[in-house]
Amino acid sequence: MTKKSYEVQQSEQIANDIEGYLHEQEHKSFLRFITCGSVDDGKSTLIGRLLYDSKLIFEDQLADLESDSKKIGTQGGDLDFALLVDGLAAEREQGITIDVAYRFFATDKRKFIVADTPGHEQYTRNMATGASSADVAVILIDARKGVLTQTRRHSYIVNLLGIRHVIVAINKMDLVDYSGKVFDDIEQEYSEFATSLNFESITFVPLSALKGDNIMDASTRMDWYAGPTLMTVLETIEVSRQSAENPFRLPVQWVNRPNLDFRGFSGTIASGTVKPGDSVIALPSGKTSRVKSIVTYDGEWDQAVADQAVTLTLEDEIDVSRGDVLAEIDQRPASTDQFQAHIIWMHDQPLLPGRPYLIKTTNKTVAGEVTELKYKVNINSLEHEAGKTLELNEVGVCNLSLDEAIVFDSYDDNPVLGAFIMIDKITNVTVAAGMIDFGLRRATNVHWQAVDVHKDARASQKRQKPVVLWFTGLSASGKSTIANLVEKKLHVRGKHTYLLDGDNVRHGLNKDLGFVDADRVENIRRVGEVSKLMIDAGLIVLTAFISPFCAERRMVRDMMEEGEFIEVFVDTPIEICEQRDPKGLYKKARSGEIKNFTGFDSPYEPPERADIHLHTGNMTAEEAADAVIARIEEQYLSSQL
Amino acid sequence: MTILTHLQRLEAESIHIMREVVATCDNPVMLYSIGKDSSVMLHLAMKAFYPSKLPFPLMHVDTTWKFREMIEFRERFVAENDLDLIVHINAQGVEQGIGPFSHGSAVHTDVMKTQGLKQALDKYGFDAAFGGARRDEEKSRAKERIFSFRSAQHRWDPKNQRPELWNIYNNRIQKGESMRVFPLSNWTELDIWQYIHLENIPIVPLYLAAMRPVVTRDGMLVMVDDDRMPLLPGEEPEMKMVRFRTLGCYPLTGAVESTATTLPEIIQEMLLTKTSERQGRAIDKDANSSMEQKKQEGYF
Repeated sequence: MTKKSYEVQQSEQIANDIEGYLHEQEHKSFLRFITCGSVDDGKSTLIGRLLYDSKLIFEDQLADLESDSKKIGTQGGDLDFALLVDGLAAEREQGITIDVAYRFFATDKRKFIVADTPGHEQYTRNMATGASSADVAVILIDARKGVLTQTRRHSYIVNLLGIRHVIVAINKMDLVDYSGKVFDDIEQEYSEFATSLNFESITFVPLSALKGDNIMDASTRMDWYAGPTLMTVLETIEVSRQSAENPFRLPVQWVNRPNLDFRGFSGTIASGTVKPGDSVIALPSGKTSRVKSIVTYDGEWDQAVADQAVTLTLEDEIDVSRGDVLAEIDQRPASTDQFQAHIIWMHDQPLLPGRPYLIKTTNKTVAGEVTELKYKVNINSLEHEAGKTLELNEVGVCNLSLDEAIVFDSYDDNPVLGAFIMIDKITNVTVAAGMIDFGLRRATNVHWQAVDVHKDARASQKRQKPVVLWFTGLSASGKSTIANLVEKKLHVRGKHTYLLDGDNVRHGLNKDLGFVDADRVENIRRVGEVSKLMIDAGLIVLTAFISPFCAERRMVRDMMEEGEFIEVFVDTPIEICEQRDPKGLYKKARSGEIKNFTGFDSPYEPPERADIHLHTGNMTAEEAADAVIARIEEQYLSSQL
Repeated sequence: MTILTHLQRLEAESIHIMREVVATCDNPVMLYSIGKDSSVMLHLAMKAFYPSKLPFPLMHVDTTWKFREMIEFRERFVAENDLDLIVHINAQGVEQGIGPFSHGSAVHTDVMKTQGLKQALDKYGFDAAFGGARRDEEKSRAKERIFSFRSAQHRWDPKNQRPELWNIYNNRIQKGESMRVFPLSNWTELDIWQYIHLENIPIVPLYLAAMRPVVTRDGMLVMVDDDRMPLLPGEEPEMKMVRFRTLGCYPLTGAVESTATTLPEIIQEMLLTKTSERQGRAIDKDANSSMEQKKQEGYF
């Protein structure tokens, strides 16, 4: 059937049998795909063309397009389809697409949602975003340029996000005289590269989005190509939704309790099928029960399948809450607080191993950290590289450790239970996307050794309350001097103390660490852990570290119990520090002899709400020490303790 | 194996989004505009939390210039379904006598709608507000996230949006900031109509054609809904068979001549005409990027 006759037929059906038409619409299949490629490969033009050719452009939009094409178009007054989809004002002016945009269109066979994703290297994170919800990727290649670095990068990312079907659209054939040889060469080059990826199918289509060749209708200018048009591939490609055959999993999203007699567990089924009577296990608790009913607004169901949002009730009153997973008993997901994952870093601030982030899975948010960056993946060459941090748009394989166990499957087995995002604890922005590879066994095997003589016993013997006084401030601000005075005063009063000093610790415990951000974080983490052990021993701990980042100071605070961490901000202006400069470090930093020096080329983030704020500009070290003692006197030093 | 239809998938996605908000936000609200999209959103919400009552209030920012039939519908629907509704009117705007005829569409929309909405959100301290916007409506909406971050000043920063992957939504905010959440992001206009038809969702009768008093002004058919509308010299309301493709303030919402009196006829008409939905709204006409600008300023 040609396109024209289909349109006429469709209009006739709409006009004469709207009910029949609606019924057919309701049963159309559905495909989500993304388009990706390098800058100027013509993605926006291609999507504009698909919308135009499938008659989704209304008359008023067409009028806008005509006037815009004359005003700012790049096609010499001809229709510039890219203008249809380049939505934001800024990008219209720059002539590039800068974010993920979603478009909707339908043919007589399928409904489509397409994510238009940018080709700019620095916006790779947007492409990963679009790929996360797509079934198929259309990768554009400019016939004149062939397979580029970005082509490899985008292919790797769609593969990493689990897309198994790829259409390689070799565009701008009109600019290479519709040459079959150009097409064959690119097909061969791409196929060789793709052997290292996990695609199940790769379809190559030569086309011209601008001229309309092989988009909807077979091109008359490429007789050497006998394959399907792009639209035919999109309409017919079979995408296995393996989540239907997989074992049943329901991540519990919300507990539905309208009254004391009803307790339902609401969530979207991640995989498999469920029926009343099925035995299920709640994880991580391991309690089992049977499904009593599938409750919906439209009455009770006798079955529910993957991707449906339902509410289940159980036969037994077992404790289930948000973050838990209901699953098939004999094919259950694992539970762990440590795992290996692939991570795509999506933020300007690099990943710092050891820094605490929030990890959000499909139904649970927990604190956690990257304990080890095993290697980075060079996504142009796919080679493994060593590294201490991940920068924006870099991919790495990491071990993560969480404060609490999560229930998971590997991303390959079940994307819903294997995916997570990482969130910065202070700014709340999404900094990374992660895909779990496998759990690490040691998490379940290493248990905390319980001891009989505990912290309170040790502390009360010393007649004090253990605490860490955490002095933070610039180099030469007076941290060590004041901490030293405070310790002397405490010692005189018979208190049991220990002073951990930045320089001293770096001679021993932390002598393997340098001064780049990742090492600074690890430095503080270790000092935090040592402080925690000393608090457990009942001591009053004083630390003097620059500790420049809010996130690490918060990390240490979170390691301790409530009230055990007192942040002392030694607030000395950098000019004064530089004048003092007892170790000559500022001089070296100014001359460029030392790199990563706090206050110069490495930032200091002052505490927003320090427990004790010492303005050393208008007090002596002695006065500052007294101020610290006065602050902790009642709560920590009282002889009543 | 059951294969879900397109609409079943959209329905499940919207329900998932709403439950996520309720499970993780302190004080959510649903913005209810009385239009067809709001009606679908509300219907989905009742499904999402059944058998519980809606765990959040609805809020209508009333510009005082809505069609009378819209307000009647709102009152009846809320009473019949035992819903918790907040109606907010910008009192300062009313005091200053702001209206579309006296001040023009731009000032009226800004004061009564945009400012009114910000006032209401601040007044009740909502940390998440559901809206019925769809990505297929307009170009700048196509790029907005489902969970869309707003600064403490209610501004949207299109260049600085959080990446949104899978169905894992980052709704973490600081005090004073908020989230606009769009559960219908992936629905199209046709999906909305089809769903209303399938699920028998009640809608305001203005969507269906009837004889109504209209005048033609600046090429737009304006319904004379009450006597606040000043007639220009030579204007005489005439009864015409018309309906509305979108609903808003009556002086700013153009009618279309139509004979479609049933839902299938509306869908039929929609599919056979070639004019996009927002064209009936006067506020989009200023400049091509005006919607993006309004959104940055806090318009929904």
